[in-house]
Amino acid sequence: MDAVYTIWLRNVKRYLRSRSRIVGSLGMPLFFLVILGFGLNSVVTDSHMRGGYVGFIVPGIVAMSVLFTAVFSGIQIIWDKQFGFLKETLVAPVSRLSIMLGQTFGGATAALIQGFIILVLSLFLGLKVPGAAGFLVALGFMILIGVAFTAFGIAIASRMEDMHGFQLIMNFVIFPIFGLSGALFPIDRLPLWLRSLTYADPLTYGVEGIRYGLSGTATIPPLASLGALAAFAVAMVGIGAWLFRNVRS
Amino acid sequence: MDDHAPLSPSPTRGGAGEPAGPAVLVEHLSKDFDGLRAVDDVSFRIESGRIFGLLGPNGAGKSTTLAMLATLLPPTSGTARINGFEIAGDPDGVRRSIGIVFQDQSLDEELTARENMDFHGRLYHVPAAVRRQRIDELLALVGLAERQRSLVKTFSGGMRRRLEIARGLLHRPRVLFLDEPTLGLDPQTRNLLWGYIERLRDEQRITMILTTHYMEEADRLCDEVAVIDRGRIIAAGAPETLKEEVGEDTVTLATSDNEAVLERVRVLSAVRRAEISGDAIQVDLDRAEAHIAELVNCATAAGASISAVNVHTPTLEDVFLRLTGRTIREEEAGGRDRMRMARRMWRR
Repeated sequence: MDAVYTIWLRNVKRYLRSRSRIVGSLGMPLFFLVILGFGLNSVVTDSHMRGGYVGFIVPGIVAMSVLFTAVFSGIQIIWDKQFGFLKETLVAPVSRLSIMLGQTFGGATAALIQGFIILVLSLFLGLKVPGAAGFLVALGFMILIGVAFTAFGIAIASRMEDMHGFQLIMNFVIFPIFGLSGALFPIDRLPLWLRSLTYADPLTYGVEGIRYGLSGTATIPPLASLGALAAFAVAMVGIGAWLFRNVRS
Repeated sequence: MDDHAPLSPSPTRGGAGEPAGPAVLVEHLSKDFDGLRAVDDVSFRIESGRIFGLLGPNGAGKSTTLAMLATLLPPTSGTARINGFEIAGDPDGVRRSIGIVFQDQSLDEELTARENMDFHGRLYHVPAAVRRQRIDELLALVGLAERQRSLVKTFSGGMRRRLEIARGLLHRPRVLFLDEPTLGLDPQTRNLLWGYIERLRDEQRITMILTTHYMEEADRLCDEVAVIDRGRIIAAGAPETLKEEVGEDTVTLATSDNEAVLERVRVLSAVRRAEISGDAIQVDLDRAEAHIAELVNCATAAGASISAVNVHTPTLEDVFLRLTGRTIREEEAGGRDRMRMARRMWRR
């Protein structure tokens, strides 16, 4: 437990110290929120969308910044590998599992903070303040997304030698996960083939969960979202831990 | 270097918890990589409080041996015990017993010196109060107390090494591993580091195992060395013993009348062998420095003037040359090594 905390602490310290990373990672989500939100606000009119299109995509953009930060945090262990710091951790008398869990919770914490900043900024863009309970529901889903995708990043990083594959992962894995999640469009009236893809995307359940928390309505029942996302998070932590077991420094 | 603080006595040394026997015992250790034998049947033992050197060119298998002893790499065959713990059977016991200074830097540059130490102390379960006290002591020992709140990325290569050594000692290991501790450092910093390492042995009685391809480093620091080449130990013993086996000191003396001087030199009791080689006299003898005056006297007595004197004392380099027919220097500038050096230079 000590080791998990130690590694978590290191990750959080590093994150809080990297101002440029915090600010830089806000760029794209804000861009999406403002340009897409206000750009399409007048075009997209839907009786289901209270708060207009901007209000509709806030949960999706929050999920997006949690997703990106989480994956990036997980993949960062490649840096630790390249800069040698991973060796220092691997040779310590602590289990691989606690190292991996520390990394996961550290990355999830960073991702949660990042998503939270977007959430707060959205309040200025007209997001109606939900009740405290709804807010907590949203936070809970954000934590789950953070844990699941940091573990996902660690799993990928365990198999990568350097950062060369990073762009590939971003373009062919992370963007599709974001794009298919229903972050930007309602999923209930999609053509069947696209809808099945959407339902296969774990982030969909995260977006739906956050949307339920923030607006009180969602296409997928919140408990189903919770179950699916939690199951995915557990599976990712398991796979990540298993792959990380064999990492050589 | 003078601002060192006294260190509190170590509970792991001389205490009841210390197992009897050698600090390190290696038996028939081998490692294959894709059918290539990187380490071949290596055996040695290190008694408590001694500095043991693994000496050899790059790619000889030094770091691989160290990685196996550090439980970072499973051996193909053979076994080793560190502080009584078997590397395969009780890796956690081994890990608690050793401190490691890796060949490549392993610090978190985004953390301060003190935070790096603190991280290490927590991972090794050093209680908070003890941790604070030891971090103070060790940072003072390596002369980094004033810079403890600075980010490591602002540190020079020498400061980073010192911090890594301090960190390696934080959990009071019985054995400290030093993998090429002064690679890429300038001569002055290297000398300082050697001073720290000697003090650790003399004041802390820490057992150390270091790998190096710097002969003068092994010569100065090690109580015992094993010369390793292509994965095999080809010679082992105290540096003095190894050098003596290679031969005596050689004095080369160029005079205006070599024949006359040679006649007088031959009868000196210290001289083993003397002959004219080219335009100088070559004299083999023990402890050349002590007898150089006698040789000069011979020249004076023969009425000859001396134009050049050169004393050559066997070095570990000669030992390696004798055993392998190659010099370590020839192989020193491997690509990997150059890259490392460049990286360290760049950091400074």
